[in-house]
Amino acid sequence: MSARAPTLPKTAGAIGLTATAILWLGLIIVLPLVVVIFEAVKEGPSPYLAALAQPDTISAIQLTLLVAAIAVPLNAIFGLAAAWCITRFEFKGKGILLTILDLPFTISPVISGLVWILLFGANGWFGGWLRENDIKIVFALPGLVLATVLVTLPFVARELIPLMIDQGTDEEVAAVTLGARGWDVFFRITLPNIKWALLYGVLLCTARAMGEFGAVSVVSGHIRGLTNTLPLQIEILHYQYESVAAFACASILTGLALITLVLKTLLEWRFAGELAAHRRH
Amino acid sequence: MTSSATPARAPVPEGFKPPKASLHTRVLPGFKWSLGVTLTYLSLIVLIPLAALAARPWEHGLQGFLFNLTDGRVLSALRLSFSVAAAAAFLNLFIGLAIAWVLTRYEFPGKRLMDALVDLPFALPTAVAGIALTALYAPNGWIGSLLTPLGIKVAYTPLGIFIALVFVGLPFIVRSVQPVLAEFDAEVEEAARTLGATPIQTAIRVILPGLTPALISGFSLSLARAVGEYGSVIFIAGNKQNVTEIAPLLIIIKLQEFDYAGAASVALIMLMMSFGVLIVLNMIQLWISSRGQGAAK
Repeated sequence: MSARAPTLPKTAGAIGLTATAILWLGLIIVLPLVVVIFEAVKEGPSPYLAALAQPDTISAIQLTLLVAAIAVPLNAIFGLAAAWCITRFEFKGKGILLTILDLPFTISPVISGLVWILLFGANGWFGGWLRENDIKIVFALPGLVLATVLVTLPFVARELIPLMIDQGTDEEVAAVTLGARGWDVFFRITLPNIKWALLYGVLLCTARAMGEFGAVSVVSGHIRGLTNTLPLQIEILHYQYESVAAFACASILTGLALITLVLKTLLEWRFAGELAAHRRH
Repeated sequence: MTSSATPARAPVPEGFKPPKASLHTRVLPGFKWSLGVTLTYLSLIVLIPLAALAARPWEHGLQGFLFNLTDGRVLSALRLSFSVAAAAAFLNLFIGLAIAWVLTRYEFPGKRLMDALVDLPFALPTAVAGIALTALYAPNGWIGSLLTPLGIKVAYTPLGIFIALVFVGLPFIVRSVQPVLAEFDAEVEEAARTLGATPIQTAIRVILPGLTPALISGFSLSLARAVGEYGSVIFIAGNKQNVTEIAPLLIIIKLQEFDYAGAASVALIMLMMSFGVLIVLNMIQLWISSRGQGAAK
């Protein structure tokens, strides 16, 4: 098997196809980026900065960071545990486990929020009990975290599993045979081998956690300054026709998305051999 | 070619090979611990919540469920969500293939940047995409103002939903096809060319059949994502009842009316329809792959 080496597009057809592809990406993907920045600063730098300095926006940024700071480590620990048992042991029902693991990618974000209302909302399974004990889950921080955790659940596990299958268990088995204890094996052998893939998964998970809109929208209740994350703040500002403020918030998230893309691309180039095969460039 | 159409974003590694040292497998520590954490977490975060969803629509029995679904507003929302999602995934099939082709076959300045940009719809929060597309395609927007004199309305029509879903779905097709195309055996192509096939004949009769499983898998992922998409759609859709009201939005509207059973009914039927479509596409893909292997022998 030998793959074809890429060449300069020479024939008219090849040049036409390349030009069409570039134009399409420019129109569909680059133009929305440009319009975000343009709309955010079209009235100059001071309205832009003033929009970002609004107390509601600042508390939305803080809440977004807080939710991601709770949800991402939870899913990273889960991802490590899931990848360890799935790739290091044989057991019945592994296929079903993998299917369940992938479910959050197929479910609409709105449904990923709805399920928490059905459990913890006023008319939910545990709604009455929560009210009696004065515990708030939906329309409060725990609900935002749960919705975000559900939506971003597979990201870390999905990066680790293919890589850990590729790597096999030889090194770990050798260490155990030579007398290494459980956590020593993990911290000295497994973790160094998978660290870049783990970082890659955490990166994707964080980007999605901070940008999640649909699921969070359902459980938030949109209480300004209290349960509004940055994407929800964009929605409120948009419907209040505060265009500059909405795009100012959007520009922060766009910046985050671009940083994510740059880091992701760097990881793919620099540490290709230490990422799952389908990530290598 | 060992790709399979699972409802996942990344291809599931097929035929999980147990680690080579299967005799030693249980030598490694932490089986009970890691499996325990995994099962507990999946139960709490995925299974129990989904059970709550599956149980909810039946408050008023089967009739209540059916009543919720045969409502005209629900039917037109479901029809809209699935048909526009399918149309967008279909268009992306061709564009995604063209972009993957250009990225794997040609060398030109800025190619790496272009390759990285393909993932932007994955990375850009949906609400940002939503307001950006609305600003572009609104009647006074950069693109909208060019189209309005031609009598084409994009924002606040189903066409606007289509544009948003084309944006969201593009990377799925490119990233499914690209690795297969990159590893396509050059000798097979050269053989076809030597035997007198034109470049277009080679593309259609030699390369395309090899790509079909990857295309179907990309189409499935793109479709599944588009059906449930919310953030990038609601701003540009205008959300007019029975015209541009998508199914995920209807779930939220029913929740705001405290109609939990109604919201859960729409959600459950959406999930069932999505899984149905994915299973059918998965079966078609398996059938094509097995036929392809049979022909190769």
